[in-house]
Amino acid sequence: MSETVRVIGDTLPGADFNAPLLEVDDLRVEFRVRGQRIPAVRGASFTLEQGRTLAVVGESGSGKSVTSQAIMGILDTPPATITGGAVRLHGVDLLEQSEETRREVRGNHIAIVFQDALSALNPLWSVGFQIGELFRVHRGTSRKDAKLKAVELLDQVGIPDAKNRVGDYPHQFSGGMRQRVMIAMALALDPEVLIADEPTTALDVTVQAQIMRLLKRIQAERNMGLILITHDLGVVADVADEVAVMYAGEVVERAGIRDAFKRPAHPYTKALLRAIPRVDTVGQELEVIRGLPPNPAKLPGGCPFHPRCFAAEDKCATEVPPWIEPAEFHGSRCHFAEEVYTDER
Amino acid sequence: MNAELGQADTGTDPVLEAKDLVKHFPIQRGIVVKRTVGHVQAVDGVDLKLHPGRTLGVVGESGCGKSTLAKLLVGLETPTSGSIKLEGREIGNLSARRMRPFRRDVQLVFQDPYTSLNPRLTVGDIVGEPFEIHPEAVPKRGRAGEVKELLDMVGLSPDHINRYPHQFSGGQRQRIGIARALALRPKVLVCDEPVSALDVSIQGQVINLLQRLQDELGLAYVFIAHDLSVVRHIADEVAVMYLGKVVERGTGPEIYDHPRHPYTQALLSAVPVPDPDLRGHREEIVLQGDVPSPIDPPSGCRFRTRCWKATDRCAEEVPSLAVGDRGTHPTACFYAEERDVTHAVK
Repeated sequence: MSETVRVIGDTLPGADFNAPLLEVDDLRVEFRVRGQRIPAVRGASFTLEQGRTLAVVGESGSGKSVTSQAIMGILDTPPATITGGAVRLHGVDLLEQSEETRREVRGNHIAIVFQDALSALNPLWSVGFQIGELFRVHRGTSRKDAKLKAVELLDQVGIPDAKNRVGDYPHQFSGGMRQRVMIAMALALDPEVLIADEPTTALDVTVQAQIMRLLKRIQAERNMGLILITHDLGVVADVADEVAVMYAGEVVERAGIRDAFKRPAHPYTKALLRAIPRVDTVGQELEVIRGLPPNPAKLPGGCPFHPRCFAAEDKCATEVPPWIEPAEFHGSRCHFAEEVYTDER
Repeated sequence: MNAELGQADTGTDPVLEAKDLVKHFPIQRGIVVKRTVGHVQAVDGVDLKLHPGRTLGVVGESGCGKSTLAKLLVGLETPTSGSIKLEGREIGNLSARRMRPFRRDVQLVFQDPYTSLNPRLTVGDIVGEPFEIHPEAVPKRGRAGEVKELLDMVGLSPDHINRYPHQFSGGQRQRIGIARALALRPKVLVCDEPVSALDVSIQGQVINLLQRLQDELGLAYVFIAHDLSVVRHIADEVAVMYLGKVVERGTGPEIYDHPRHPYTQALLSAVPVPDPDLRGHREEIVLQGDVPSPIDPPSGCRFRTRCWKATDRCAEEVPSLAVGDRGTHPTACFYAEERDVTHAVK
């Protein structure tokens, strides 16, 4: 343990180990396209502790992937600009750090697994070389030792016959196996935070189950914080401790896993849960959320969800809802959070 | 003949029927002298029966042959062997020209609403294009009106007839694809993963639309999807495919509540259920490895390489899709045995 602390102190000056592992505080990201400012993230806040899993849930365009890229520091700037907020790792605001420090943080402290492993891996290098690169660049390991480390990692993520497959190229692996390679790369430098951005969306269900099981096992072994970005509420219910629901660039609800599913306090969460086909909906019409997610360039006034909301009233179109906490550790950005929570709406 | 899919007899003749349908794609080597070095056995002996107004769900993972099956049923691929009957007439091996009149009756809805619509055509042109190919369907003068009616039917504004696909969202584009498929008033709609590219809140809208259209027009659906909960919601009967073969088939409750094939059980147990209370309380079957290549599938039962029940017999004999001893639904497994994997266990 003392060794880990020393490494963290080396690469992250000013780290305070009493502060939360990762704290995203009112993060704001804008895209500037053709003179227009388009808000992609408009105030995302959540906290992640060691050994916990936070699921960030939202539909396409809700800002969940942009949030993860901002945490990693891999946003394309321009067109993206971080216009406000903080991303604190052990109390240190990463957004204020030099690019050099951020490079140290990436991989060493925070790592990411992308959805599409085929396009995230370089087709021209063997997987062993790409995993080994992390050790060579970050740790100055020799080629030979880096390759040994790569074999070890491939073995840990369950790739059979790792010794002989380390020289294979990404296209020689199946989808599930490639995702394992991605995970091996993310784990290489023993990060404290792992961000998994739709890690199983491109995979079949039986393979998805294998990968989720692997992620959970590794998280428990290493006591990592895991941010799972997904649109699949089934996966969320299966693995997450906490949930942050995003809509139109905002975190609209944050709760413990059971509360989020059993007593949602935001109408969007409630409607989303109702829209999933279940056993008792067979042969019936599904409850749907009317309309479409808003265009981020032309967000409706007041609460951005109000045109689609079943509980909306006049003030929802004019007043931006405050953050209300109807229960401990359970917050919602809705004027009627209390009523939705108690099922009066 | 209880073993045939569509056994839930509605008293009517099947609108679409396939028998022992096989599609093998040759793998060729050589530039001047081509020789066939093997076959991709995409679909290998599938029987199905589809009755008017009913929905047959087909589930399976990538590479199981479900998309090839869709193409065979709409006549985009010619079967290697076997028969496809539309209202009793054999259409499986017709020439392209003689096939044409039958194409009107079986239409396809594609998975990806982004690539299946021509970006250079207006919505009116896209939805009206089937009339160019089948001019006898609607006289020229009535076409614009017909297209507007179709747009209205799928919940799009008829005023949008001159817009282009990029001006629509994913869900709306899928509606355009459905309108196009309905243009020729088909009897059967083959939907190949029609909602898997859509967000959850939009999926429901498209599923409801498909169900409403079925009620109104008496359509029969072949609904192909990998999302088992969507299929359960919409299908009257379900066929589970693995490596080109149907391994189990039955009604919704038979497949979902009383699965008998190990693969079906593994597939169902792998689907995460959106209920945190079930975490750790469901039977978990995690399969090892990936689906083998359809070029050289395992001998005997194709699932045996990943099956926990496999014995020597499974490698030697091909299990047939047989009705169980006590009249249980057809399952292609020597050791078929019911196992509940979707509900909580203590």
